[in-house]
Amino acid sequence: MADERTISEQAKRNGGGAHNGLTGRLGSIRDIGRVGGGVAKATREFARAGRRLATAIAEAGQDAAAEATARAAREARDRLTADLDDRDPDHLREQLPLLWLIASFWFRGDVRNLGNIPEEGPVLMVGNHSGGNLTPDTFVFTLAFSTYFGVERPFHQLAHNLVMASPYARLLRSGGTVAASHANSRTALDSGAALLVYPGGDWEVHRPTWERNRVDFAGRKGFIRLALDADVPIVPVVSIGGQETALFLSRGAWLAQLLRLDRYMRLKVLPISLALPWGLNIGDFLGHFPLPAKLTVEVLEPIDVREQFGDEPDLDEVYEYVTRVMQETLDTLAAERRFPVIG
Amino acid sequence: MRLNESIIISAPPKLVWGYLADPSNYLHFMSGVTRWEVAGEQRSGLGARYRMLIRVGSAEIGGLIEMVEWKEGLDMAWSSVTGVDQRGRWRLREIPDGRTKVEFRFAYGVAGSGIPGWIAELFAAPQLGRHLRRTLQQLKRQVEHEQLRAEAAARQRERAAAS
Repeated sequence: MADERTISEQAKRNGGGAHNGLTGRLGSIRDIGRVGGGVAKATREFARAGRRLATAIAEAGQDAAAEATARAAREARDRLTADLDDRDPDHLREQLPLLWLIASFWFRGDVRNLGNIPEEGPVLMVGNHSGGNLTPDTFVFTLAFSTYFGVERPFHQLAHNLVMASPYARLLRSGGTVAASHANSRTALDSGAALLVYPGGDWEVHRPTWERNRVDFAGRKGFIRLALDADVPIVPVVSIGGQETALFLSRGAWLAQLLRLDRYMRLKVLPISLALPWGLNIGDFLGHFPLPAKLTVEVLEPIDVREQFGDEPDLDEVYEYVTRVMQETLDTLAAERRFPVIG
Repeated sequence: MRLNESIIISAPPKLVWGYLADPSNYLHFMSGVTRWEVAGEQRSGLGARYRMLIRVGSAEIGGLIEMVEWKEGLDMAWSSVTGVDQRGRWRLREIPDGRTKVEFRFAYGVAGSGIPGWIAELFAAPQLGRHLRRTLQQLKRQVEHEQLRAEAAARQRERAAAS
């Protein structure tokens, strides 16, 4: 333990007074006061530095947030704009074995009459849509089309904006999927590509399972205007089995309306289903594990709208005709099935 | 994945070759083949191109192929130009008693498809193997039938000449 003298000398060396008597004690008090002043000054400096740091962080945060928002907006815009060059035939070709395994052994896919699709040139293929957000019929048909005509033939599919904004959109884009819009459809057809559209969209794909054998385009006739504008034939593509990959209970249109999804997300439905692995599945945003329902797809003969209905066709009449021939085919395919899922 | 099947046909190689060299016969004896069309001006021989499809699982697989080897009466081989990678070969060898050993080789795959590609090749093999065997049996039946018809026609001609 240091004695009093040693402490006093140490204090003197440090600029303090002697540690003996009153002087030393007063010196110590002055020292304490000086130190206290220094601490207060340091604290003010620290607080000032803290404020500067906080301001810098806030500014940086605002910049980062602004940048992230701008990036997200840019990405969303890019995703919803059709860049046909995003389709990557090599990537698609490498995915064919996986698609083939799923289509052949899980869905036991059977795609008929692909020869009805014109060998070359733009064509608008119009399908009935089934299977919830997973749309297994699209995968089975994409495989069949790509192996039949080769991945070299440009082939695009339209998908809902929400699908194109999802994390797996990049994969879909490389397979030729573009956001559903009239402009994107025209871009695809004008480039000479084959285009697959599902006029029924989210309304049809989430119909209850007991309506599985019903073509329901909800009166949407945009595909006819598109075929007329682009002057391309319509080839109906009818599929069955997709609506048996889960038990679809309701479209949940009332729920979508309640949550204003139609206004903010272009969603007219918020489907409710019983699906693996979730059990009760509301929204189907994460998809579901599909039951191995047998999928059959039949391609019908091309319809040249102008040739069949004249130069100024009545859209209602064309709509009636297209949905009728599709419904008749769907009825025939339904009659072939003995059991749900098994086929 | 490479598959290999062979069969003995009771006909000379020339007859078998003549049958195989004619693209219009392929839909009659190739099992599972849904399309075999001449693509271009050249119908057969080295450099001839065909658009072919074969049903495997839930898809019709194939593409544009080109004859890359053509040794008259012996070997004919093709390779894919587009579509799934494939190589095929007819190998004909004469054996005693005027018969022919016909070997059909078929190799296929998708480069760059990784493990799914390897699994798909394995899963496709039994079905393609069946197609190969049935193809050879149908080829044998068709060619031997041709041979019998040719022999009967020759006998008829001889009888007609004798009388």
